[in-house]
Amino acid sequence: MDWLGVYYYWAFAALLMIGFYAVIAKSNLIKKLIGLSMFQSAVFLLYITMGKIDDGTAPIYHEGVSQQIFSNPLPQVLILTAIVVGISTVALGLGIIVRIQEEYGSIEEHEILGIDER
Amino acid sequence: MSAWAQHLPALQVGVPLLTTPIIVLLRPHGLAWAAATLTSCFTFFIAVMLTLAVLDGQQVQYSMGGWPAPHGIALSVDAFSAILLLIVTGASTVALLAARQIVNAEIEASRQPLFYTAWLLALAGFVGILVSADAFNIFVFMEISSLASYVLIAGGSDRRALPAVFKYLVMGTIGATFYLIGIGLIYLMTGTLNLADMEVRIREVSDQKPILVAAGFITIGLALKAAVFPLHLWLPNAYTYAPVPVTVFLAACSTKVSLYLLLRFDFFLFQPNLLNHNIQFSYFIMPLAILAILAASSLAMIERNLKRLLAYSSIAQVGYILLGASLVSLIGLTASVIHMFNHALAKAALFLCVACLATRCVNLRIDSLRGVAKQMPWTMAAFLLAGLSLIGVPGTAGFISKWYLITAALDEGLLGVGLIVVVAAGSLMAVYYLWRVIEVAYFDKTNEGTKIVGEAPLGILVVCWLVVLSNYYFGLAPWLSTTLSSAAAQILLGQVP
Amino acid sequence: MTVFFGVFLLTLLLIVAIAMVRTDNLFVAVMLGGIFSLLMATIFFLLDAPDVALTEAAVGAGVSTVLYLAALALTAEREKIHTVHQIKALVVVTTTALLVIFATFDNVQFGDPTAPVHVHVGPWYLENTQRYMDIPNVVTAILGSFRGYDTLGELFVVFTAGIGVLFLLGARPKKDTEAAETLIPQQSETSEGLRNYLIPRLTGRLLVPIILLFGLYVQFHGEYSPGGGFQAGAIIATGIILYALLEGEAAALRVVPQWMLMALMAGGALLYGMVGIVGMLLGGQFLDYSVLADNPVVGQQVGILLIELGVGMTVSGVLLSIFHAFAARDKY
Repeated sequence: MDWLGVYYYWAFAALLMIGFYAVIAKSNLIKKLIGLSMFQSAVFLLYITMGKIDDGTAPIYHEGVSQQIFSNPLPQVLILTAIVVGISTVALGLGIIVRIQEEYGSIEEHEILGIDER
Repeated sequence: MSAWAQHLPALQVGVPLLTTPIIVLLRPHGLAWAAATLTSCFTFFIAVMLTLAVLDGQQVQYSMGGWPAPHGIALSVDAFSAILLLIVTGASTVALLAARQIVNAEIEASRQPLFYTAWLLALAGFVGILVSADAFNIFVFMEISSLASYVLIAGGSDRRALPAVFKYLVMGTIGATFYLIGIGLIYLMTGTLNLADMEVRIREVSDQKPILVAAGFITIGLALKAAVFPLHLWLPNAYTYAPVPVTVFLAACSTKVSLYLLLRFDFFLFQPNLLNHNIQFSYFIMPLAILAILAASSLAMIERNLKRLLAYSSIAQVGYILLGASLVSLIGLTASVIHMFNHALAKAALFLCVACLATRCVNLRIDSLRGVAKQMPWTMAAFLLAGLSLIGVPGTAGFISKWYLITAALDEGLLGVGLIVVVAAGSLMAVYYLWRVIEVAYFDKTNEGTKIVGEAPLGILVVCWLVVLSNYYFGLAPWLSTTLSSAAAQILLGQVP
Repeated sequence: MTVFFGVFLLTLLLIVAIAMVRTDNLFVAVMLGGIFSLLMATIFFLLDAPDVALTEAAVGAGVSTVLYLAALALTAEREKIHTVHQIKALVVVTTTALLVIFATFDNVQFGDPTAPVHVHVGPWYLENTQRYMDIPNVVTAILGSFRGYDTLGELFVVFTAGIGVLFLLGARPKKDTEAAETLIPQQSETSEGLRNYLIPRLTGRLLVPIILLFGLYVQFHGEYSPGGGFQAGAIIATGIILYALLEGEAAALRVVPQWMLMALMAGGALLYGMVGIVGMLLGGQFLDYSVLADNPVVGQQVGILLIELGVGMTVSGVLLSIFHAFAARDKY
C-alpha cells in the first residue's frame, strides 16, 4: 500500500511541474492559463490524497450501517472551495485575454510586448 | 450599541462585502460612487472602533457561525491587524473621495457600478485577510482581493493595462497557490487550520522537514504578492497603467497586506518552532531588502514616467519594511510596522498629487510636466511636502520610521553601520528622483503650445491636502502609530503586552 | 483492485497533462483539458471524495471547457511555437518539485488513520455533525455551517469573477464603437445555433430537461448525498448553455434574460448574507443558523438549505452571464 501513497504524491509533484512549466515557458496566453489551472489541480490532488483513510468511505452517513470508517471530510471541503476559486480565476483570465486580442490582435506574449515597444 | 460592539469584527468584513450585490443593482448608475464611498467611510469607522477596542486592551475575538475554533472559523483583531485595518480602510476611503471625476472621465456610466463593486470587493478582501485567524479562510479572502484588484487595474482606458494585469494575474495566482501548498503541508502535519492552534501543534511535530518546506512555500508565495525585490516584476506596469484612484488605493495597501501575512506567519508559526529559523529568516530577507532599496531606487532615478517612478519607489519601500523585520528585534519590527503606516500615508499623498495632475495633463511623462507648478501651485506644493515625508525629513511621518530603523540598526554593531549607509543611500536616491520632478515642474519653462490649464478640481485637491497634512500630523504627534506598532512588534515576538 | 486503478488513472492523467502542454493546437488542448478533469474527478472519487468529484466534473469538464471554447472562438485556435525562458523554467520547476518531494518523502502516511491530519479536527466533524444538525453528508455540514464563512467568501470569489468579466467585456474596442450598431442585426443571424441540424437538436432537446432536473436534484438533495449549491449551479448553467448552443444565443436570452441573470447573481449573494445577518439579529453570531428555528438542529438544516440555494443562484447566474458575455462578442 505504501508505494501507492508515494505514487500519489509523486504524481502531484509531476503535475505541479508540468503545469508550472507551461506557465513560465509558453508564450501563448491561453496556454499559460491552461498551465495555471493544471498547477492548481495538482494542489487539489495533494489535499484530497491526504484526506484518504484506508478502507474508508465517503463521509456520508447511511441509515442502519454502523461502524463505518470515513475519510477525512475537511480537505474535501477546502478543495471544493479551491476548485471554485480556480474556475473564477480562469474566467477572469479569459476575459482579459479576449480584451488583449481585441486591442493588440494577438495573444502571444512576445508579440504583444513587441507591439508596445514600437 | 454595546450589543453590536461584539459583532464589530464580522461587520468589518460583512459591511463592504454585503453592500456589493446592492451596488450592482443600484439605479441610476451615478449612485454607485456615493454608495461605495459611504460604505468605505463606514468601514473606516468600524476600523477606528476596533482600534479603540484594541488600545483599550480588549481581546477582540469572534467565532463565525457560533462554532468555536479550531472547528469553526475564528476572527481576531490585535494591534498589528488594527494598524493595517486603519491603513486599508483609510486608503480606500481617501481614494474613493478623490475618484469620482477621474472615473467619470475614464469609464462609461453603465460600467461604473461594476467598477465600484469590484472596488468594495477588493476592500472586503483586504480586511477579510486582516481580521481572519484561519489559514484557509485567509486564502479565500486573498483571492477575493486579488481578483477584484485585477479588475480594478484593467479598468483604465490605457490598453497597456491589459498585458500588465494578465502578468499580475499569473504571478498572483502562483503566489496564492504556493501559499496553498504551504498550508497543505502544515495541515498534513498538524491537522488544523486555525493559526493559534497551528502554532501549538507545530511544536509537537517530530519531523520538521515538511514545516520547513511549508515555510519556504508560504514565504515565497507571499513575497510574490508583496512584490519583494526579485519577484516584483508585475508591479511597475500594473501600477502605471491602472486608473489613478486605483493606484492610490492599491499602492497604499495591497503589498502591505501581503507583507502583514508574511510577517505574521513567519514570526507566529515558524520562528518559535523551527530551529534557528530567525537566523535563516534574517539571512534570507536582509539581502533581498538591501537589494530592493538600492536597485529599485536606482530604477526610479532613471525612470521617465511619473507613475512608474513612484511604483519603483514603492518597491524600494517594501525593502525598508523588510529590512526592519530582518533584524528580528523589537525596535526593528516596530520600525517595520510603523513604516507600513507612514509609507502608506506618503505614497497615498504622492499618488493623490498624481491624480490632481492627471485631471489636467495629457500624459504623466516627466518631460510633459514642465513648468506645471505655475499653473497648479497647490498640487505641486502638496507634491513637495509629501515628497519630504517619503524622504524622511524631520517633522514628517517618514522621519519617524527612518528614526526607528536607524535606532534598530545601531543595536547591531558593525553590521548596523552598513545598514545605516544603505538607508542613507536610499534616502539620498529618493531625494534625487523626487527632485527631478520638482525641478522640471518648478524651474523649467512651460512647453511651447501648452494650454494654460489651471488648478485641479477642488474636491480632489482638498483630499490630497488632507493626506499631506496628516503626514505632518503623524510626524509631529506620532502617538497612535508608535503605540500600535510597538504593541504589534511585541505580539510578533511573542512578548504579550 | 483500487490500487491498480489508482496507478492507472494517475499515469493516464500525467500523459494527458503532457499532451495538453505539448500540442500547438489550442482546441485540442482544451478538449484534452475536459478529459483531464474527468480523470481527475474519477481519482477524487476513488479517494472517497464524491462531492469534490462531482464539482470537478461539472466545473472542470463542463463549464471551464465551454468558457475556453468561447474564448478560442474570439482569439486564435493555434499557438505560435515560441518557447521562452526554457532553461529558467526547467530550473524553477524542478526545484519546486524536488522541494515538494523532499517534504513529503518520509511522511507519506497515505491512508494511515493515525496520521496527524486524521486525529485532530477532522474526526470532530464526523462525530458531531449528527448531534448538531442531523444531516448525513458531513461535507455539506462543514461547507454550509462549520466553515460557512469560507463558503460565503467563495461565493463572493465567483461573484467577483462575474463582475470582472462583465466589466471587462462591457468595454467595446475603440475602433469598433461606431460599427457596433450595424453589427447587431448580423449577430442575431449568426446566433442560430445548431437549429438546422436535426440530430444534435433532437438529442439536445431530450438532454436539456434532464440536465436541469438533475441540477435541481443536486441542489436540494445536497444534505443527503453528494452535491450542493455549487455543483447544482454549475449543472443548471451547463444545461442552459447547451440550450443556447442548440437554439442560439438569442433564444436562450429570451428564456433567461440579462436582468434575470443579474438578479440571480446579486440575489444569491444577498440571500446568503441575509441569513447571516438574521442570525445576528436573533442573538447569535454572524452565520449562526441555530437561532433560525426554535430547535437548533432544525435551524441548522434550514440555514444550510437557504445558503445552498443562495450559492446555487449566484453560481448559475454568474456562469451564464460570463458565457453570454463571451458569446455575444464578435471575433475582432
